[in-house]
Amino acid sequence: MNYLITDNTSGAVRLRDIPETDYASFYDDLRTRLSDSRWHVGHYFALPEEEARLRFYLLLLDDATGQVLIGSFAREYYDDTALPSLTALHAQMHPFEREIAERWGIRFDGMPWPKPLRFPFDRYDRNSTMDNYPFYAMEGGSLHEVNVGPIHAGIIEPGAFRFICNGEQVLHLEIALGYQHRGVEHLFAATRNRLRQLCLAEAAAGDSAVAHATACVETIEKLAGTARPAQLAPERLVALELERMAMQIADTGALSMDVGYQLGQVACEALRTMTINTTQAWCGNRFGKNLIRPLGTDHPLTAEKAAMIRRNVAEIARRYDEVRHDIKSSPTLLARFEQCGIVPREEMLRIGGVGQAARASGAARDIRASHPWGLFAGTLAHESIVKTQGDVMARLMVRCREVLQSAGCIDRLLEGFVPAETRRPDYGAPLAPRSLAFGLVEGWRGETLHVALTDDRGDIAAYRIKDPSLHNWMALALAVRGEGISDFPICNKSFNLSYCGHDL
Amino acid sequence: MIFPKIRVLRSHGRQAIPDLDAVELTSEFRGRPELTEPADAESRTALDEAAALCPTGALAAAPFALDLGRCLFCGECARRAPQSIRFTNDYRLGSPTREGLVLRPGDRRVEFDRKEVRPEICRCFGRTLKLREVSAGGDASVEMELGATGNVNFDLGRHGISFTASPRHADGVVVSGPVTRNMAEALDICYDAVAEPKILVACGTDACSGGLFAESRAVDRSFFERHRVDLWLPGTPTHPMVFIDGVRTLLGLKTRQ
Ligand code: SF4
Repeated sequence: MNYLITDNTSGAVRLRDIPETDYASFYDDLRTRLSDSRWHVGHYFALPEEEARLRFYLLLLDDATGQVLIGSFAREYYDDTALPSLTALHAQMHPFEREIAERWGIRFDGMPWPKPLRFPFDRYDRNSTMDNYPFYAMEGGSLHEVNVGPIHAGIIEPGAFRFICNGEQVLHLEIALGYQHRGVEHLFAATRNRLRQLCLAEAAAGDSAVAHATACVETIEKLAGTARPAQLAPERLVALELERMAMQIADTGALSMDVGYQLGQVACEALRTMTINTTQAWCGNRFGKNLIRPLGTDHPLTAEKAAMIRRNVAEIARRYDEVRHDIKSSPTLLARFEQCGIVPREEMLRIGGVGQAARASGAARDIRASHPWGLFAGTLAHESIVKTQGDVMARLMVRCREVLQSAGCIDRLLEGFVPAETRRPDYGAPLAPRSLAFGLVEGWRGETLHVALTDDRGDIAAYRIKDPSLHNWMALALAVRGEGISDFPICNKSFNLSYCGHDL
Repeated sequence: MIFPKIRVLRSHGRQAIPDLDAVELTSEFRGRPELTEPADAESRTALDEAAALCPTGALAAAPFALDLGRCLFCGECARRAPQSIRFTNDYRLGSPTREGLVLRPGDRRVEFDRKEVRPEICRCFGRTLKLREVSAGGDASVEMELGATGNVNFDLGRHGISFTASPRHADGVVVSGPVTRNMAEALDICYDAVAEPKILVACGTDACSGGLFAESRAVDRSFFERHRVDLWLPGTPTHPMVFIDGVRTLLGLKTRQ
């Protein structure tokens, strides 16, 4: 099968340059290619075209060379023959085939997990609703089901979890999502106000506002094709690493809380406050909303702000390292975290896991290293932190190390910082017509991918957002298998996945 | 094993903000905007441009008004039309009425009309208030800020105000998010499960108006047509101090001048 080969630093590609094949060769190629963990699917979606056609686009990421392979196939809109399912061979395809089936009514033959994904408002089958989600069931006198949600005990987003347990032991967990569906992608393509589009990207997952905004401006700047001020690259990176620090610290605190380690909890709460207040003192918003803007910035770093960030980050890193040290020297904590919620490397790769959760299972998936963009592609080589155990402790330790690593990265970026000329954001730059561009960045959860397609006039005709949670929810379901149900909270928090980023 | 703990404790020190009513936020924080009627044609044009760019239609140029209930506090309008709009760091943004969130030129505070507060609210909840939070399309940032109100820094629990796990234990519901169609029923069930008398708080710009998602077909806001909201709190997300100030003012523990 033919692909258009590009990478994470090249510009937009013209739609007519993307080769189109038939499903048979598409299927054949992926069947063999995905057996090698070097490749994984970044995105796979369908869009209607003129002449009553449905065109399917695939973005395939090659971790070995950093290439991004773009391929496509098409078929008639009203053609209702079933396609042989790729999920049957490669479980990582499941969210994409489920989305395509749910949205367009495409049937995938042999699909082992034919479940709704997010119940979008424009779904093909209006009779499929939240209330009749087809939960998996098991029969047996000693089995019972536990249903949790959609509203949870804490102040978090909604989602429904159904456990099938044998006594205390979890045999199966099924996670039904879609409660958070707001129609983000549809609204994105429905407006030409680029500021509104940026705000929508930031709202895709509010705890990853910087990661999603960075993916969005990358996409838009590629389509605009104009050079951006050099100063923006380090500033955006500082913002992204601050977000990573804040959230990894928050999750360390959440895990501490769930095992009754109050000292760690309150220390992390205070450190997170300090981190997000640093972001707020820079841009006025604790989550870094409004900080990342196309082709310019409203909050250029001044020498004073850069010094303030450096100072705070050094202090946070020092104190956080003390917490990390305390965790590692507390046998009661290790007894809860170690050997709990294990996802082995092979499983993680099979389901297409990404980000820090994958790295805790020995799968070195990290866009900063494999598909570098911005400064990572230039002066700043990134070395991923990888653990092999795949348990709660490994996920926690990856977080811990990443906080310290991000702090070091910010320190290096701001060392001897000299403010340079920057521009104000440009919300009116014309975009290349009939083109495709993507923004691919490593947020704190992992691989965050935005894809835009433009029409004849250079307006965004379709926009696709992928939060890393789309891949990783399945990893949580696997992690709790065989565990006591009372370990679910720490398993859940060791992943801390996004509901709204999944449901969009 | 004890020494690492002592070290953490010593670095941690004392974190609680001593007086929540005396908090002042960084000057960068975008809180209550102040509007000035444009004096010349140039600033009038700038204001028109700002209104056209506003991502949610929160800003109206003529008659000049800014609806905090729709505002994302992105600050873009103030940069386009600095003569007409200026953001202050005032976090006292909560209002007992939706109309109270609409600011006009000359307004120097968000009015808190005490007449609009039901008398049973101070009587029943003045000393302790337990709330159940329901996220119905919230983007996790509002939820995290609500969680932060009880953390070691803000420690709102010291005033008897906190969040509870079950609606059966709650005196009221805090809603975040625009209310998605897929969450509408669960929100109804949760609200009905809270015993009377109860209060209802809309937290965040998405909850107040639908925000970015006001026109989305994936959203169903009929909940807010059927139930009276006691406190409207704008923000993207709502800063913990906006929540703390709003709730304490609602309960009559704080006045707004
Ligand atoms: S700050 Fe508010 S009113 Fe101004 S442009 Fe942004 S959303 Fe609109």
